[in-house]
Amino acid sequence: MSWHARSVAELAGALERREISSVALTGHFLDRIGALNGALNALITVTADQALADAAVADRRRAAGERGPLLGIPLIHKDIFCTDGVRTSCGSRMLDNFVAPYDATVVARLKAAGAVMLGKANMDEFAMGSSNETSHYGPVRNPWDLDKVPGGSSGGSAAAVAARLAPLSTGTDTGGSIRQPAALCGVTGIKPTYGRVSRYGMIAFASSLDQAGVFARSAADAAAALGAIAGFDPRDSTSVDAPVPDYAATLGAPLTGLRLGLVKEFSEALEPRNGALIAAALDVFRALGAETTTVSLPSLPLSVPTYYVVAPAECSSNLSRFDGVRFGYRCADPRDLRDLYERSRGEGFGAEVKRRIMTGTYVLSAGYFDAYYLKAQQVRQLIAGEFRAAFQRVDLLIGPTTPTPAFGIGAKIDDPVTMYLNDIYTIGANLAGLPAISAPCGFVDGLPMGVQLIGPHFAEGRLLNAVHRYQLATDWHDRSAPGYA
Amino acid sequence: MMKDWEVVIGLEIHAQLATRSKIFSGAATAYGAPPNTQACLVDLAYPGVLPVLNAEAVRMAVKFGLAIGAPIAERSIFARKNYFYPDLPKGYQISQYEQPIVGRGSLEIVLDEGTATRIGITRAHLEEDAGKSLHEGLANATGIDLNRAGTPLLEIVSEPDMRSAKEAVAYMKKLHTLVRYLEICDGNMQEGSFRCDANVSVRPRGAEKFGTRAEIKNLNSFRFVEKAIQHEVARQIELIESGGTVVQETRLYDSDRDETRSMRSKEEANDYRYFPDPDLLPLAIDRAFIESVRASLPELPDQKAARFVSDYQLSRYDAGVLSASRETGAYFEAVVARVGAAHAKLAANWVMGELSSALNRDNLEIDAARVGPQSLGGLLDRIIDGTISGKLAKEVFEAMWSEGRDADAIIEAKGLRQITDAGAIATAIDAVIAANPKQLADYRAGKDKLFGFFVGQVMKATGGKANPAQLNDLLKAKLGGG
Repeated sequence: MSWHARSVAELAGALERREISSVALTGHFLDRIGALNGALNALITVTADQALADAAVADRRRAAGERGPLLGIPLIHKDIFCTDGVRTSCGSRMLDNFVAPYDATVVARLKAAGAVMLGKANMDEFAMGSSNETSHYGPVRNPWDLDKVPGGSSGGSAAAVAARLAPLSTGTDTGGSIRQPAALCGVTGIKPTYGRVSRYGMIAFASSLDQAGVFARSAADAAAALGAIAGFDPRDSTSVDAPVPDYAATLGAPLTGLRLGLVKEFSEALEPRNGALIAAALDVFRALGAETTTVSLPSLPLSVPTYYVVAPAECSSNLSRFDGVRFGYRCADPRDLRDLYERSRGEGFGAEVKRRIMTGTYVLSAGYFDAYYLKAQQVRQLIAGEFRAAFQRVDLLIGPTTPTPAFGIGAKIDDPVTMYLNDIYTIGANLAGLPAISAPCGFVDGLPMGVQLIGPHFAEGRLLNAVHRYQLATDWHDRSAPGYA
Repeated sequence: MMKDWEVVIGLEIHAQLATRSKIFSGAATAYGAPPNTQACLVDLAYPGVLPVLNAEAVRMAVKFGLAIGAPIAERSIFARKNYFYPDLPKGYQISQYEQPIVGRGSLEIVLDEGTATRIGITRAHLEEDAGKSLHEGLANATGIDLNRAGTPLLEIVSEPDMRSAKEAVAYMKKLHTLVRYLEICDGNMQEGSFRCDANVSVRPRGAEKFGTRAEIKNLNSFRFVEKAIQHEVARQIELIESGGTVVQETRLYDSDRDETRSMRSKEEANDYRYFPDPDLLPLAIDRAFIESVRASLPELPDQKAARFVSDYQLSRYDAGVLSASRETGAYFEAVVARVGAAHAKLAANWVMGELSSALNRDNLEIDAARVGPQSLGGLLDRIIDGTISGKLAKEVFEAMWSEGRDADAIIEAKGLRQITDAGAIATAIDAVIAANPKQLADYRAGKDKLFGFFVGQVMKATGGKANPAQLNDLLKAKLGGG
């Protein structure tokens, strides 16, 4: 089997048995990126020299007796994570010239675990988008059909793992930005509990919703990567000081008696072929010993409008620091301060980012705050409460990740509201801060679809265990996009 | 006809908290470093960085709250105040808006004439300072120094309880004393550690409704506060009496011209779009923490003043002056410890008199006084035991101040102690004898005890400086009829 088709555990075994060095493995993936990224546009920056140097360090560490599930394993970081000495663009013209002077905690922890960064993944500008079309660096193409979007905002990370340019990648999920592209690209993607993974060094979109996570081809691979990045960070006041379980150790537990709740609001009006895939997934889980029931979260349909108040409000403030004064894009020959601000921001930000900044500024304005921001926070509490109540009855919630498979590039970009509805099934978990995972569960029109599981706070282990057992019983996650096997 | 106007003043005071590092980052807060050398990535608002609250700043705010008798919020919220300015790197200031850490308290002020008034404090909240824009030495450019960005501030908001510029200054001074007592602010007004915005309005005396107020920004001395308010009051009264109306606006005080001028009107005011900062969890403070801070509170100015009145029988005025700073109180009490509580009034007079004028003259803090409390006590001992007069003591004090030696050494060196010139003593004796013929006759008739009376009179005549042995011999001879 070719190196790029192997799991993280298999690669780690091969490295340990000296069947291949990390330098050779890294070289293999770099060659693949060189050959395939031109068509996919999944990476903004490839850090080949640094990767080979880091791989050599990993090889020396292993030679010195060090072991570890990620030691010498190549991966790709979403370009939202600051990487010391490497351009960190966030998919924006605004940061096209920005070389981060420090590593994000996620980056530092994976580095410490010996993972080798191959490059930085393309993404929607400032993580605002569901199709990767808002990137300053152009759209990413879906490996399953180059005319289709990979989803977003972590489209590059998802496409890279789907095209086997790396066994692992990092992403961020504010309203579905890991799960939706994972579903559309046929890979496994997990968004942990809010606070489980440090946000330090992750360029903020909506601080109360943003959470880092990982893409992999399987839950088992994702478990290895999540174990490395999870845990308290004193530099992020919202990170939670709770012990990190050994995710890999809990993967094998049987699902006997696991109570799965099908979310009623997700299954209503579901496109029949999508519905059939979810029903089939439920059958698999039942065969594995799970009990299934239907659960209603009546306020959940308010997720999208709630999200599109809260997230723009926070982003309008978070993005104020991009003012052309200290870093990033600065307009040519500013006449005065106002001109510097207006043109630097006007020229540096793309249309979707501006739309959200304006929306957010509006909902926070005097006279509108109560009607929008405050009301949205109240609905958010309501939704969180309904999730809490649901988890009194079931262990995990289950439903589709997206309403449709990948759509055509250009099909929705001019219709923001239709675009926003892509995240209808994923946003609830962000509003409530819950962990959620998407795993491949079949195909519609030859394009992959995902099943989503949502857990109570800090139930990442339970989610990974459920998906792992599902993946032992199915092979959807092993299917490769044509031409990328 | 001139109406009778009532002035209404409320102050917002920004006290820089004396923490070593900034409120949301680990960068140092020391004043005067080269530009941008004390600004870390968090202060520079680099992409991806996050704020982490400095626990010491919280402790200091709690200390202040307890000292003004205010409730401490068990849960307070940091909010973002959004506006664009080059010295505000994030494009928002982290402050507290709807739920501040310190609730309602008060402070008593005493005016010169001795009347006490209680001024309400609406709230105090934690926030971060901005950086500074620099223009000097830069042609067609503005420099940004972000050393100050992120320095912790406690904003202390008063009720509109003050009715004159003098009251406003008294309140500000009292607050200044308090924050230094608590060691939460160095009080250095020139460096901007303690600065004031004044809300000023006027209304016809007896009116219930407040007049429209103007806010005068960034007053950084007691004198400027007084002058700016006086000027603003005069401006508003003149405006109203000439048929105009006061508009709500922000004004700047120009100390060179002694006037305030408009900075921006209410219409131009920013909509700050406050909302809770999602990067910081609500600040939770438990009872145990509050009690531990309460246990660490020093003796407060009012408590110290009351103790000075009861322990040393000082007047309320003297007690107030001597408790105006912890250092002055400590100096005074060290002098009293040496000379005894019975002489506390003497000690008080000297600390408030000679010492205070010498400090003022040389522009020194009391900690740097050239005559320490032990030395001053030594000088007062010589007054108490009659070695020197109070008048001579002032001379001795000046010499101590300039020469740095103790009182006895100066007295010795200057010969202030004794007169050993037999002729001078004899002259004094002759004068005393001549002035007291009856006592002389009684003595000569056998009243030996009157010898002491003559010694005392001569000592008095020589300012206590006559050599006692010489005086004894000469006096005996002269009284004997020589």
